[in-house]
Amino acid sequence: MTIFDKFQHLAETRKEMEQCCNSFFNIVMQKIISGTEAIVDGRPMILAGSNNYLGLSFDTDCIDAACEAARNEGTGTTGSRMANGTFSGHVALERELADFFNHREAIVFSTGYVANLAMLSTLMGAGEIILLDADCHASIYDGCRMGGADVHRFRHNDPQNLEKRLRRLEKRAANVLIVVEGLYSMLGDRAHLADIIAVKEKYGAYLLVDEAHSLGVLGANGRGLAEEVGVESSVDFVVGTFSKSLGAIGGFCVSNHPELNLVRYASRPYVFTASSSPSVIASTRKALEIMQTRPELRERLWENADRVYNKLQELGFATGPELSPIISVRLEDKDEAFALWAGLLEQGVYVNLVFPPATPDGNCLLRSSVSAAHTPEQIEHICQAFTVVKNSKACASPSAKKG
Amino acid sequence: MKGYEYEDILQELKQTIKSFAPPEQEIHEDTDLVADLDLDSLKVMKILESVEDSFDISIPLNIMPEVRTVKDFVLQIQKLNGDE
Repeated sequence: MTIFDKFQHLAETRKEMEQCCNSFFNIVMQKIISGTEAIVDGRPMILAGSNNYLGLSFDTDCIDAACEAARNEGTGTTGSRMANGTFSGHVALERELADFFNHREAIVFSTGYVANLAMLSTLMGAGEIILLDADCHASIYDGCRMGGADVHRFRHNDPQNLEKRLRRLEKRAANVLIVVEGLYSMLGDRAHLADIIAVKEKYGAYLLVDEAHSLGVLGANGRGLAEEVGVESSVDFVVGTFSKSLGAIGGFCVSNHPELNLVRYASRPYVFTASSSPSVIASTRKALEIMQTRPELRERLWENADRVYNKLQELGFATGPELSPIISVRLEDKDEAFALWAGLLEQGVYVNLVFPPATPDGNCLLRSSVSAAHTPEQIEHICQAFTVVKNSKACASPSAKKG
Repeated sequence: MKGYEYEDILQELKQTIKSFAPPEQEIHEDTDLVADLDLDSLKVMKILESVEDSFDISIPLNIMPEVRTVKDFVLQIQKLNGDE
């Protein structure tokens, strides 16, 4: 018996998958051409699964800001925020995020994953309760596991199920934190936030909303679902990431609770991680500014989303429940999912292929995400690629052959 | 279902698990939920929801690593039933 025995089932699963989906394990972006194009396996590919919603990873002003910061302040901070790793840029970004959200406090973390790990493991402790939507991201589950609170899961986007649990737990008279996401990352559906807030207020709970996929995407100013629904004052904590609409890497939490500032001193994922490098902070600050001054990016994003979502529905694909820049096709059969995914690669389009248990309902997903940087020609190319794979699938099916 | 005894919970739980387990599988107190029943995470979630509704409780995810057998599960439900 060795320490590696427990990984044997992974070796078996990988071997099984290699027989049908070998190229799944060999996707390398050999050369990045732009925010929407790369060379993969020697061929040009339109990137339709990058979460680069506003296309800012290649914005020249963001790149210039990053280069200047690297030259002036070096490639890394080489230390934790609590030691030598707080530069003036980190402090400025925290102020700018707090201002953007009209909140009192903000903390910047090194990644979005760390932001959730830090907040959930620190905010709630022994004897307290976290109620999370079943479809929440792994970083939320991991943060909950790291802390000492009792963690309960409610049925996805089901405020009645949430209320039923709050009622059952009421006698414990414990502090409760409800956790939901603005846009759910796999199917692109919004949280039913108004109804969830009604339940939250009835039971006196706190609410944390992860706006990772909705920052820059939802709301008149891009502040996310809470802004879109008009309930920002009822949200206690907003968590988000810099690795999607802001085109870099990092995470944050903003809140009107002044005590948020104390969380940083109690949070191990904050204290014991090196802080974001100056170039990342500089490009994120510039992207946050651009997000506010160029609302046309959000308009273009939604136009692109509308075109692809409606095309996939017209083609008869089982898409997610509502229009969003995350456009997923649900497929029951793993081989079929892989065949469609590989067919799209053949057509020069990269989308994410996601297998259970990483999917919400046990199905496989072909997950696309569109960008404001996709040109009309690229959007048509994506639509055409889905048309080709759909038709070739229909031609290959037994019923079609009979016809 | 307040005040339910061990045996009552066991019978209810066996019925719930049976509907998710292979038809030929017998369910006993010492049945291992993972090794014997080969339940995937979605089935486990459905069993949890069904049990929660039957006993009007909310089961924290934290306790699941401690639940290996049907008996472990009954004891945890009994404890939660008393707490809530």
